[in-house]
Amino acid sequence: MFHAKVYITLKKSIADPQGNAVREALSSMKFDGVKDVRMGKLIEIKLEEKDRAKAEKDIRDMCDTLLANTVIEDYTYDILEVQP
Amino acid sequence: MKFGVVIFPGSNCVTDCYYALRDVFGQDTEYIWHRTKDLKYFDCIMLPGGFSYGDYLRCGAIARFSPVMDSIMEFAESGKPVIGICNGFQVLTEAGLLPGVLLRNKDMKFVCDNVHLKVENNKTPYTNLCAGGQVLKVPVAHGDGNYYVDDDTLSEMEKTGQVVFRYSDAYGQITDTANPNGSLGNIAGVCNRKGNVLGMMPHPERCVERLLGGEDGSIIFRSIINYLKGGAVNG
Repeated sequence: MFHAKVYITLKKSIADPQGNAVREALSSMKFDGVKDVRMGKLIEIKLEEKDRAKAEKDIRDMCDTLLANTVIEDYTYDILEVQP
Repeated sequence: MKFGVVIFPGSNCVTDCYYALRDVFGQDTEYIWHRTKDLKYFDCIMLPGGFSYGDYLRCGAIARFSPVMDSIMEFAESGKPVIGICNGFQVLTEAGLLPGVLLRNKDMKFVCDNVHLKVENNKTPYTNLCAGGQVLKVPVAHGDGNYYVDDDTLSEMEKTGQVVFRYSDAYGQITDTANPNGSLGNIAGVCNRKGNVLGMMPHPERCVERLLGGEDGSIIFRSIINYLKGGAVNG
């Protein structure tokens, strides 16, 4: 059994209006050090699989086909073997 | 000649499209449930607006894996006309049938308004009755209509006439103030390379008779009917 955390972020070249709105809110709250905020998604997946390489391949395929739109998004993931 | 209007869970402009096709333009029209696979009786497929699958993950991302979509891909590849309006446009980009993607509106606000569209390509099945550069007044209603595509693809699309509609002012001037959502190059509608698949954020089905406050959307429906009857595509 594997537990994957998939992080999906907008590519650097894509404007992030949500992140900008949050940045402005933080600035108005006097968090003066905030220079940039980018919003993304965290998707946690439990995967019944014995082979680590196969589990990683499945996660990448899931990202490429559904979880991320690679026209505008990048993804990374952490994958941990866990007790079922 | 038969039209199909696809129903995904969460589509909410289905009846508007059906009404326009059947009642206003007198076309044989049927609803297509998202689990349907057999599209052989249809000549044109319309993907309506709405919030398919609640816009979960990304707009259109989950609808793109509905059972009907494989058949729609084949239908499109065979050269038959497929038009996606609003959420339908988002589904077509997610499916890879159209280039680019629709991002959150630049100012984060849902925009519900009448806008002007300049017809940039009148040689498509959807615009063949339009004059070149004709300006249409059509409503928009979306939160994620900010069209984006990478620079290389965009310059290719400009060369091949894939930019079909741009947001403009009433005189056809492409200005920042006429852009309701931050779309790159004021792009409101695009087609694929072959021209048989069109996606547009504005809703032509919402302006097909005077009672609805405008009739400018009619020319798009009449163009499709003209095309299917074998009418010449301009040029």
